[in-house]
Amino acid sequence: MSVRFEVVVVGAGPAGVSAAHALARAGLEVAIFERGEYPGAKNMFGGVLYGRVLHELIPNFWEVAPVERYVGRRSLTMLSADGSVSLDFRTESFTRPPYNGFTVSRPRFDQWYAQQAVAAGALLVPDTVVDDLLWEDGQVAGVIVRRDRGVVRANVVIVADGANSLLARQAGLRTDPQLRHMGLGVKEVIRLPRQTIEERFNLQGDEGAAKEFVGAFSGGVQAGGFVYTNRESLSVGVVANLASLRERRLGILALLDSFKEHPSVRRLLEGGEVREYAAHLVPEAGLAAVSALYGDGVLVVGDAAGLVCATGLSLEGANYSIASGLAAAEAVRLAKERGDYSRASLAHYERTLRDSFVLRDLHTYRRTPALLANPRLYAAYPKAVCAFLEELFMVDGRPKRRVRSIVGDVLARHEIPIWRLLWDIVRGVGTL
Amino acid sequence: MSMVEERLSLVRYVVDTQSHIRVDFTLCSNCADRPCLLCCPAGCFTCEQGAVRHAYEGCLECGTCRLVCLLGAVTWTNPRGGYGVSYRF
Repeated sequence: MSVRFEVVVVGAGPAGVSAAHALARAGLEVAIFERGEYPGAKNMFGGVLYGRVLHELIPNFWEVAPVERYVGRRSLTMLSADGSVSLDFRTESFTRPPYNGFTVSRPRFDQWYAQQAVAAGALLVPDTVVDDLLWEDGQVAGVIVRRDRGVVRANVVIVADGANSLLARQAGLRTDPQLRHMGLGVKEVIRLPRQTIEERFNLQGDEGAAKEFVGAFSGGVQAGGFVYTNRESLSVGVVANLASLRERRLGILALLDSFKEHPSVRRLLEGGEVREYAAHLVPEAGLAAVSALYGDGVLVVGDAAGLVCATGLSLEGANYSIASGLAAAEAVRLAKERGDYSRASLAHYERTLRDSFVLRDLHTYRRTPALLANPRLYAAYPKAVCAFLEELFMVDGRPKRRVRSIVGDVLARHEIPIWRLLWDIVRGVGTL
Repeated sequence: MSMVEERLSLVRYVVDTQSHIRVDFTLCSNCADRPCLLCCPAGCFTCEQGAVRHAYEGCLECGTCRLVCLLGAVTWTNPRGGYGVSYRF
């Protein structure tokens, strides 16, 4: 005798829990296996959850969920060795319900989120690794967990085991990602008093800021830095493309240190106490690296399927995870009605994603990852922009030069041929 | 204390008695660039007297080592349920 559920979900992150929640609500018998001690124990992201999709599942979730701050301010900063140029955006509309994004602490948020699925009737099984899928007659028929008598049968398995998904590979639904398709994110949570954060980032009450950085700190590596404000801490980190990191022979920790030491970043962190350090992979290639999304008796959701959108200004994943989990649940519900869990029946999942923002966004931004691989974005351009402004603003008693001669001089000094700059602009505008 | 050790001291782990990562060190001797040494965010790979060593205890379970090792020397499984890293913040 083996244990049996209608649906087994592997992984209690946003994707898996969303699927389990929707299925439990629809009256299906669903179990979530989580390898961590608790949901969120193994989960990490930069820090911003875009919550509109979640708002549809749990209206006004921010009133009850452990969110840190709503993001009212966003900024993008280019860094030279010691200078910076920022675009700082704030709008009242992001500071009112239903808000736009929230900073969250994943161990806290993911536990809360999983509890909502449990309240809806899902069974949560922590401390349990799923080692393999159970195959019968070419169809996935359950999972093998690393416990005594580890066979758990199910009509359908939802693979939600994250960016490093070993199960999607074993299911033959994806190959190992190419290095250039993966980013490595490292992050520190740095504690600061609430009042200091609000003064330093110019925030009121529960408003938060999301600041993104590119530039000289990365030593030419395709990487970005971020500083997000939590209630009484900051999430500070960098995401570096693995192929670029390997090529440039720079250490990921050296990158993080160099980011934190930049004068424009250091002042934001001053006096803070590092509480935790974390690392995680990010499937940052968008559409190019999305896995097969379904097979006979199996669906892949969230990071495991590579459903992350690189817009060029940020990496968004959790909202795509939630939407994909909900779409998978709907496909499974319909499959149950038909009594058919074959590939053909589960294909509904992919059709839903194609019609929704999930695959549409990834399609819209499909050329962005290649654009972001342009090394000039991480060294020459940020330095050149800072050098241009430095000369423009400098008042030192010498005769001022015309803007166009400053531009020509700055481009020459940074070895940027004008045709290359124009080409990058045309290509960038065309892509975005 | 190196910077990585200081950082890892802040992370909560439930350390298993067995490693979840197996490294075929015979392949490392022929590896010129050894990306594992630089890319592992937990500094689990070190080089002692020319030989690559691996310590699993501080692993953050990101999976980077398996991808950056193009020789395929790294065999990666998930740690046992409930073991390994447990983030708190």
